[in-house]
Amino acid sequence: MTIPVLKFDAVVVGAGGAGLRSAIQLSEAGLKTAVLSKVFPTRSHTVAAQGGVAASLGNSEEDNWHWHMYDTVKGSDWLGDQDAIEFMCKKAVEAVVDLEHYGMPFDRVDNGRIYQRPFGGHMSNFGEKPVRRSCAAADRTGHAMLHAMYQRNVKANTQFFVEWMALDLIRDGEGHVVGVSAMEMETGRIVIFHSRATIFATGGAGRIFASSTNAFMNTGDGLGMAARAGIPLEDLEFWQFHPTGVAGAGVLITEGVRGEGGILRNASKERFMERYAPNAKDLASRDVVSRAMTTEIKEGRGCGPHKDHILLDITHLDPATILKRLPGIREISIQFAGVDPIEAPIPVVPTAHYQMGGIPTHYDGRVVVPREGDPRSVVPGFYAAGECACASVHGANRLGTNSLLDLLVFGKSAGDSAAEDLKSGKAHRDLPKDAADRIRARVDALDKRTGGIPVFEARKAIANTMQHHAGVFRFSDLLKKGVTKILEVEKAIQNLEIKDKSQAWNTARIEALETENLIEVAKATMVSAEARKESRGAHVRDDAPDTPEFPNGRNDKEWLKHTLWFRDGNRIEYKPVSMTPLTVDTIALKTRSY
Amino acid sequence: MEAEAFNRLRWRCVRRGMLEVDIALTRFLDSSFATLSEAGQQAFAELADFDDLELWHLISGQKVCEDARLAAIVAMLRAPVDSVPVT
Repeated sequence: MTIPVLKFDAVVVGAGGAGLRSAIQLSEAGLKTAVLSKVFPTRSHTVAAQGGVAASLGNSEEDNWHWHMYDTVKGSDWLGDQDAIEFMCKKAVEAVVDLEHYGMPFDRVDNGRIYQRPFGGHMSNFGEKPVRRSCAAADRTGHAMLHAMYQRNVKANTQFFVEWMALDLIRDGEGHVVGVSAMEMETGRIVIFHSRATIFATGGAGRIFASSTNAFMNTGDGLGMAARAGIPLEDLEFWQFHPTGVAGAGVLITEGVRGEGGILRNASKERFMERYAPNAKDLASRDVVSRAMTTEIKEGRGCGPHKDHILLDITHLDPATILKRLPGIREISIQFAGVDPIEAPIPVVPTAHYQMGGIPTHYDGRVVVPREGDPRSVVPGFYAAGECACASVHGANRLGTNSLLDLLVFGKSAGDSAAEDLKSGKAHRDLPKDAADRIRARVDALDKRTGGIPVFEARKAIANTMQHHAGVFRFSDLLKKGVTKILEVEKAIQNLEIKDKSQAWNTARIEALETENLIEVAKATMVSAEARKESRGAHVRDDAPDTPEFPNGRNDKEWLKHTLWFRDGNRIEYKPVSMTPLTVDTIALKTRSY
Repeated sequence: MEAEAFNRLRWRCVRRGMLEVDIALTRFLDSSFATLSEAGQQAFAELADFDDLELWHLISGQKVCEDARLAAIVAMLRAPVDSVPVT
């Protein structure tokens, strides 16, 4: 069986912030570079990022990378690798300056310097007081970033393959990555992109949860491909949740609503936060509010016919206040919950927002796996950056505005490392003889199958299982059952059926292929979460509570280590956290409190 | 609209950069698109080509659509619907 082969020096999968940033490095180094994307680049999910980019420019007040590093280590609940965090925080200023040179329209102050605003968790002088560190372009930071970097790529002659879906990573007999297979949606034809360097920048997989703020395209394609190719996935138990997403839709309702006096109520209309946080009540921190909401629902006090959500009530506020101070929220509620919050409360649930784990990488962007006693052995030819990768800088929890920084810094370093590795001018390694057969067989099996389960049912099964068994607050019994359940769902997914067998724009086939990626991330998340018997950062278990011996439930003696989940055998290994920064002293372990 | 053109439009509606736009376009496509005239369908396809933020500003009423042809579709997109697609 033959499949057309296109040869490039480098192929980048994903055209969001990380993919575009790495492609700039590759193309400007004179390498023939292809970028594959399911959507037009400026419609990547990076467009939804509004908060800004963290960088210690010190434009508004004194700041430095070491303080930023401290905040990031603390935010990560000490699970972040301190060498990678130092690298990222040091490179932040350069990352912002590069963007400025690409034409990014940052907000400015009167003297022409970039305006910086404060953001949660970013402090001066090692946690002393808030500092202005976030650089933004109004409420369109991600949008402006994508446009600036896309233009730069066009100038550098990057070749874009838009509305193409990558299918599988191709590794040769010695484990080198030699390219990817991909499908052109317009025709349904499959092509092999034969490359000397392959960079994954495919974003997160928030769609594994029923309630997610992620766009529909965030199906963890890079993670699925990596897992099928024998690459482990790191720290997938750590997902950041936001307490108030619109139930059923996932669209975010900002904290500002509770700031204006919004109250969370259960089925008996009780203001339950008074029991969980008598002082802060509804304004307690995100994790406290999310846990309280989940407990109310788990104990049968949820609202609605399925008792599966909480109500966010602002009906007691003056309508004029709502219209003046919360106009966007009223619109979101009307559009996505079907209720006018002036008249009725908004149904909300804790909602998945960001994936801290991913494909294990070194801070230079090279993908690393354990081999012969070395926990960070390089997979030749393979690089990853952005939300799909785990460097690991976010550890167990991410600080706001560090995600855009992550994709800029590691997108660049993945591109630089690939360019460096290709300098020697070595020829393309041979494709494995069965590369074409393997991918053809996978797609043909899907096309020919009859009597299987439809894609929407499979998606629903994944999303409901993950939301119920591995949501924001985790219960030992639910996690155990969740592992069994998600493996049952996996079995059903091996039997996916699509009715539409056409070639051109067959969205059913693409959605089925995405589902095969989602299930890998779902399994990794469930199994890793069940295995980690402590609470740390965003992973909070009921059987690992706050005690004097283990503050916040964190157990550094046994669990200061990264999880690595392997698809083969559905097994887990661990690797040490890097506690040694590049040039400064270790930021010593202590209890994370704000 | 021909099947192939519709399928292409469908992909460009169900895979957007912002969840808000994903939902708004997908549910419109499933619930109302077939009822539009050919000109209305063409106008919807033009809107689907807008950037996500631009489109969201129109759908959420933060900006007003000056083009009457497109504004009629925006008004339909703005109508509240209580079901959200599963994708």
